Amino acid sequence: MSDYRDEDPRIHGIRTKIRVVPNFPKPGIMFQDITTLLLDPKAFKDTIDLFVERYKGKNISVVAGIEARGFIFGPPIALAIGAKFVPMRKPKKLPGKVISQDYTLEYGRDRMEMHVGAVEAGDRALVVDDLIATGGTLCAAMDLLERVGAEVVECACVIELPELKGREKLNGKPLYVLLEYYPEA
Amino acid sequence: MSAGTNEDPRILGIKTKIRVVPNFPKPGIMFQDITTLLLDAKAFKDTIDLFVERYKGKNISVVAGVEARGFIFGPPIALAIGAKFVPLRKPKKLPGKVISQDYILEYGRDCLEMHVGAVEPGERALVVDDLIATGGTLCAAMDLLERVGAEVVECACVIELPELKGRERLNGKPLYVLVEYY
Repeated sequence: MSDYRDEDPRIHGIRTKIRVVPNFPKPGIMFQDITTLLLDPKAFKDTIDLFVERYKGKNISVVAGIEARGFIFGPPIALAIGAKFVPMRKPKKLPGKVISQDYTLEYGRDRMEMHVGAVEAGDRALVVDDLIATGGTLCAAMDLLERVGAEVVECACVIELPELKGREKLNGKPLYVLLEYYPEA
Repeated sequence: MSAGTNEDPRILGIKTKIRVVPNFPKPGIMFQDITTLLLDAKAFKDTIDLFVERYKGKNISVVAGVEARGFIFGPPIALAIGAKFVPLRKPKKLPGKVISQDYILEYGRDCLEMHVGAVEPGERALVVDDLIATGGTLCAAMDLLERVGAEVVECACVIELPELKGRERLNGKPLYVLVEYY
């Protein structure tokens, strides 16, 4: 559990807005649904503000958001801190020349793509997604950014599932999350 | 073409940032790539500001964004005008109970879904996407909102392809775009 004593008062309001949907997309998974958070303008704004307060004035030039829920949180952060927004997409969605990174899923493989030229060597980047589980997706995103010479400053997610140990998979890269979710014993 | 004389000076900067990619996703299509717009922090901000200036203070309670590029433009607008954001998604992506709307594509069919309970009767809604082509997707989005009793105030897109006559397909619903591409 988080230590609530130092927790920003906005966090509680955000936590209560996330809906847990059992057995989605398959039995045994407790899905963290952020769409209910987006229905509360104050809680959604608080979510963005917490990230913006952390990253403003840190010379972040790129916010990379992972399709599709990273597209909801990434752009407002990018706009507020004056960074460019770069979508990281599933295969064949981006129209221009891309670089690709394969990664492993629990069952099978997937591939993430980024436009060539979107990010330049020396860019300081954030990676944004709604949630970190095993960390595979975030690692693929970091790999793409580092392959073009950017520095990944931090990964930022609304929710972490600590039991899946995604944080350890990030190879020492910092991870900042607003909430941790532990299944009830 | 847009009427240049009354055009907001920010529009030209936005237009020049959109990259046209020939023959994507198939031969003959000139794809309007907005990712290059997102690389210019000022032009992206101007894009959002133009929509926010139009819709602020109009009692819009819902911004509905069409997956996936509508997720890039919709939330910043929603945040700035104090509305909720509702994602309209391809099938099987939303975890809760959904309502679905089938629609026709050039070849075949597709389906758009919205969470039950996200939008309530009487809400005033915007539909946001990056581009309107034939209008099929926007119509499906409007249908979902109207089926739950919301009022679609306007559809808002960055780009319109006027030759595909999407505007006419919207059944009289207003459409606001920043840039037309011929």
